[in-house]
Amino acid sequence: MTTTTALPTPARVGSGGWRTGFTGTTALLRLALRRDRVLATCWILVFVAMAAGSAAASQGVYPTQQARVRAASAINDTPAMVALYGRVFDPTSLGAVSLIKLGAFGAALVALVAIFSVVRHTRGEEEAGRLELVGAAVVGRYSALTAALLLAIGTSIVLALLTALSLVGAGLPADGALAFGLSWAGAGVAFAAIGALAAQVTESARTANGIGAAVLAVAYLLRATGDVTGVDDSTWPSWLSPIGWAQQVRPFAGDRWWVLVNLLVFAALVAAAAYALVARRDHGAGLVAARPGRAAAQPRLRSPLALAARLHRGALVGWLVGMALGGLLFGSIASQVGALADTPEAREMIRRLGGERGLTDAFLATELGILGVVVAAYGISAALRMRGEETAGRLEPVLATGVGRLRWAASHVIVALGGAALLLVTVGLGAGFAHGAATENFGEIGRVLAAALVQLPAVWVLTGITVLLVGAAPRLAVLSWAALVLFLLLGQLGSLMRLPGWMIDLSPFGHTPKLPGAELELTPLVSLTLIAAILLTVGLSAFRRRDIG
Amino acid sequence: MTTAISVSGLVKTFGPTRALDGLDLTVRSGEVHGFLGPNGSGKSTTIRVLLGLLRADAGEVRLLGGDPWTDATELHRRLAYVPGAVSLWPNLSGGEVIDLLGRLRGGLNPKRRTELLERFDLDPTKKGRAYSKGNRQKVALVAALASDVELLILDEPTSGLDPLMEAVFKDCVREEHERGRTVLLSSHILAEVESLCERVSIIRLGRTVETGTLTELRHLTRTSISAELAGVPDRLGEHPGVHDLHVEGHRVRFDVETAELDPVLRELTRVGVRGLVSQPPTLEELFLRHYEEASR
Ligand SMILES: Nc1ncnc2c1ncn2[C@@H]1O[C@H](COP(=O)(O)OP(=O)(O)OP(=O)(O)O)[C@@H](O)[C@H]1O
Ligand SMILES: [Mg+2]
Repeated sequence: MTTTTALPTPARVGSGGWRTGFTGTTALLRLALRRDRVLATCWILVFVAMAAGSAAASQGVYPTQQARVRAASAINDTPAMVALYGRVFDPTSLGAVSLIKLGAFGAALVALVAIFSVVRHTRGEEEAGRLELVGAAVVGRYSALTAALLLAIGTSIVLALLTALSLVGAGLPADGALAFGLSWAGAGVAFAAIGALAAQVTESARTANGIGAAVLAVAYLLRATGDVTGVDDSTWPSWLSPIGWAQQVRPFAGDRWWVLVNLLVFAALVAAAAYALVARRDHGAGLVAARPGRAAAQPRLRSPLALAARLHRGALVGWLVGMALGGLLFGSIASQVGALADTPEAREMIRRLGGERGLTDAFLATELGILGVVVAAYGISAALRMRGEETAGRLEPVLATGVGRLRWAASHVIVALGGAALLLVTVGLGAGFAHGAATENFGEIGRVLAAALVQLPAVWVLTGITVLLVGAAPRLAVLSWAALVLFLLLGQLGSLMRLPGWMIDLSPFGHTPKLPGAELELTPLVSLTLIAAILLTVGLSAFRRRDIG
Repeated sequence: MTTAISVSGLVKTFGPTRALDGLDLTVRSGEVHGFLGPNGSGKSTTIRVLLGLLRADAGEVRLLGGDPWTDATELHRRLAYVPGAVSLWPNLSGGEVIDLLGRLRGGLNPKRRTELLERFDLDPTKKGRAYSKGNRQKVALVAALASDVELLILDEPTSGLDPLMEAVFKDCVREEHERGRTVLLSSHILAEVESLCERVSIIRLGRTVETGTLTELRHLTRTSISAELAGVPDRLGEHPGVHDLHVEGHRVRFDVETAELDPVLRELTRVGVRGLVSQPPTLEELFLRHYEEASR
């Protein structure tokens, strides 16, 4: 208790202030726990339920070893599946087969939550000015960062233990269950550190989240590349990726505990970098000092739409680059997937799918479907910007000018809908071009582009849901993310968990024609577009009628 | 004389909170009207209703001859608003924000913009998050004052301004007044209100408790008197205008309502005055009295 009696420590501590730099961490941690108790409990429970549900359901679906081997080779011999989920490392193991869809994929979701949580409690608080409020009390320079990391590490460990327990409860062996839980937790801790570092680099929490998510995307793509290009094992790109490591723990298929050390060392190094940056920067500042802007606005900045375009510009450019890279990557591996499958079962499956071309088409359809979900995330975040502007107090002054509510909201909606369309065009052109280059047949570009564009109505439905929430139930607007996660899980796990058909049909992505390869059906596309239009109309008219603020 | 703002019986509830509970407010065209009240008494809520951002639950609200909810966009071209806590876009410069808000309102006067930037000593090239609190406030002030509008709605516009800038602000408001503009000024700074406003309204718990010109309000203030008398002032306590009376032998101390000063002084001279000290009335004391009652 030496520090509490001292005068308030200024937020900036000299090099000798390493110990006092942590003063107040416990108080901040308690505050963060209080703020996050509902949210953290919810997402932990969702993950635990997902794991236990998959494990329990699989016992009925794959009762015999034969059934498991068949299911495992259906995944291992389908490059689209391997790219998406990774390999089943032991086809005879019930745990390995039943949790394949949650291994790398679940680890990535845990990592995403960890990034958002750390950024929220560090840069987010700093940006909102709340950290300054507590920073002026007896709180050290490293305290907020430490509290945020401890929170993320703590929730990851709780998640690991509860998941392991629930898997044991579902009848799986205990050591594999613990390895599985820890592989998730390891990904959480590694990306908590990434979040911590990203939070130091930029001045805005939004950008920090974006950087963290981009690193995660690269890690996932590296893993996908490494897994698809290997024949029986993963190749080196997987080993460059923390998500790859989480997967290489191989729960229920050898339980390689030592791989967890990779994750811990990685997390420690990245966190150390974050601490080094905290010590060197000013409160509120990022690494890159803000440059002065224009003294007067350009003539074209004169409408709500111009303002919306300006506000969304940076994020959209980032997304365009990311989507172009994703499209190029998937496009370039699409034509090789046939060559990689050389077991008799795989040959048989390729024949059933309509030859190598059919296999390539199926791969493209699956990957473009996933990229469609990712683009829907853009639509949601762009539409949520409306609520962000409102709560930040920046909407009021705009509405106090001659701008009507509908015009203001419509500008953001246009950017969200148009941005999503642009992203899908980019994905389609990227994948089409890379695929065309690999097969020396650029005639493919049109087919691939069409396959990307059919995702658009489903993407717009998610934007519509967001606008509806922003208009009619603004306090619940973030639930639009829950809708996206729900639809994603329904699509991925719905049939495995034997959910009723109507439930699986709730997801708009389930109705999108599986182009290229499948028939182009217009009815679902038209219906989805109509649903999106109705959601948007209802949302916008509710927005016109409600209180602002 | 026409009225720029007329509000009567305005009610606004937020769930269980009754933020406005039958509020009345009349602002005449061309006047600078002070809008006062303790924290949480409903000033900003009233202003948000006037701007059509909140929908009134009950009551009659007219703004520049229109309905603030249904005619919002047309009315907004004729007014400018400065919020109490200005939040700027992180990646837009102050100059861009001033131009943007001006254009969205239908144009701003470039000469006045330059002049105001100079007077407020504001660097327009800084980005939103690089501004200090006072400088953010100045961005909103310049954006509002540089446009040609009939009505200025200012919600604690000087919070965070240094005394020098506060003086510049007062000059600007006086000039606006001379140009015939109407100003609704919500403020906690009594000196600012006393030097700028002709009429004020004081609200408490969502209701108007006092409204009138400063002279009328001064009438409601009390003078503090302590006197040494020749005899025992036995009838002073019966006087309706006398408050907080303390009598110790021939010494008395009390507050008297300004309107009742004359009869009370007669009473004192009837007893016989040996010495007398009086404290002149201040508006501050009147405000504090209303504010204190609210916090009870
Ligand atoms: N959006 C809202 N939701 C719930 N309550 C609100 C909301 N806005 C205002 N209030 C409540 O309404 C009351 C009046 O608030 P208002 O902001 O109008 O006060 P004010 O007079 O402007 O105070 P101050 O001097 O502190 O600015 C307060 O009790 C406040 O808590
Ligand atoms: Mg207020």
